[in-house]
Amino acid sequence: MKPAPFDYLRAGNLDEALAALAEYGSEARIIAGGQSLLPMLNMRLAKPLVLVDIMSMAGLDQVRREGEMIVVPAGVRQAALLRRPGLASEQPLLAAALPWLGHYQTRARGTVCGSAAHADPSAEIPLCLVALDGEIRLRSRRKRRVLKAAEFFSGMMVTEKADDELIEAVAFPAARPGAGYAFAEVARRHGDFAIVGCAVMVEAGQIHLAVAGVADKPERRSWPRLDGSALDDALNAFAWELDAREDLHASARLRRDLVRTLGRSTIEEAGRCLA
Amino acid sequence: MPRLSAAIRHRIGFKLNGKPVSVEAEPRLLATDALRHGLGATGTHVGCEHGVCGACTILIDGAPARACLTLAVQLEGREVTTVEGLAPAPDRLSVLQAAFRRHHALQCGFCTAGILISLEAFLREQPKPSEQELREVVGGHLCRCTGYTPIIAAALEAAALLRRQPQVLAAESIDV
Repeated sequence: MKPAPFDYLRAGNLDEALAALAEYGSEARIIAGGQSLLPMLNMRLAKPLVLVDIMSMAGLDQVRREGEMIVVPAGVRQAALLRRPGLASEQPLLAAALPWLGHYQTRARGTVCGSAAHADPSAEIPLCLVALDGEIRLRSRRKRRVLKAAEFFSGMMVTEKADDELIEAVAFPAARPGAGYAFAEVARRHGDFAIVGCAVMVEAGQIHLAVAGVADKPERRSWPRLDGSALDDALNAFAWELDAREDLHASARLRRDLVRTLGRSTIEEAGRCLA
Repeated sequence: MPRLSAAIRHRIGFKLNGKPVSVEAEPRLLATDALRHGLGATGTHVGCEHGVCGACTILIDGAPARACLTLAVQLEGREVTTVEGLAPAPDRLSVLQAAFRRHHALQCGFCTAGILISLEAFLREQPKPSEQELREVVGGHLCRCTGYTPIIAAALEAAALLRRQPQVLAAESIDV
């Protein structure tokens, strides 16, 4: 399993990377941490002619706050976000979800934006972005644009990113006072792809539940603060709407059942965490 | 912007276990193959070649990385540590390696190089690891011989020894 041949460009700044994307379009791929792209290259599921490495450029590796948004630029590795001081109070959902993102060894290399770009339907970063109504900040030589996570992820490993665009940063809303957050996941083993992942935000009389691993992209639903059988009914309807996938790891029926049970316990946990 | 053509090999320079080395690499050459075939550093093993088994784990600038998910060209200018760099001398083992030996934390040894590297990095970050934390770190590796229990025992003992005497990092001898 070796990659097909490609030219390798080491971009010294964003303009160089954008110029390469403008020139080569769909024949070029950005490489950052490479933890999703290299398996695709090794298995030859991706055969780009040009690889543009953005990890040598300065200024992309610092997480910053812009008002209520936690902005994570393209060079930030997953381990660096997890190590951010105060993350558990700044955004508890991220602090709870990131330890489930791959393994210690892959988090040390993989980037947050790279995981968003890869758009695996069971991945934690897309799930958290959708759950929190976060943003994806795209840039090409033509323009900059910002998409809401729910608009950006359009299918199984498919996004609205154009061929000449790269993800400059993703932005997660910080925790709001009076909101509760919780995350839970079922996988064959810690660090494997989620069979079902649930991310919940409860605030101002509303429940927001996002689910990964069931449909072809993370999906979010919002309800008023239901409980008892009304919540069970809402979760059951959501589970059926997701048109669950079936694969080697789990049946569609198990996935629907996890939406109902894991969804409910995660909602209850978020409710208990209300500030 | 530096552009390395697919058609030819390029000289890539980096530090391997403290010594400057260079290797000829096409852009698509994996770091595993550069280390093993280009430099003869065969301590880094290759299992699955898609990042799942962990056998090829190395340190790049002190942080763990799957060498099979790293291109040789990405090593340019970096400091790389492989299992060959852990022992302080040819006839001595590191504290962690010696603990592996005492606890029978390896049998066939195929996965061992990667696990040693991961634990080496983690024990530096977290000198007082819990068993649960160690289980999560070792969870990034596949071992089909040991059942993992002796690996966790060895790591816990090595952590305790290193806490007591950090300077003994280099002080364990092998009886040969």
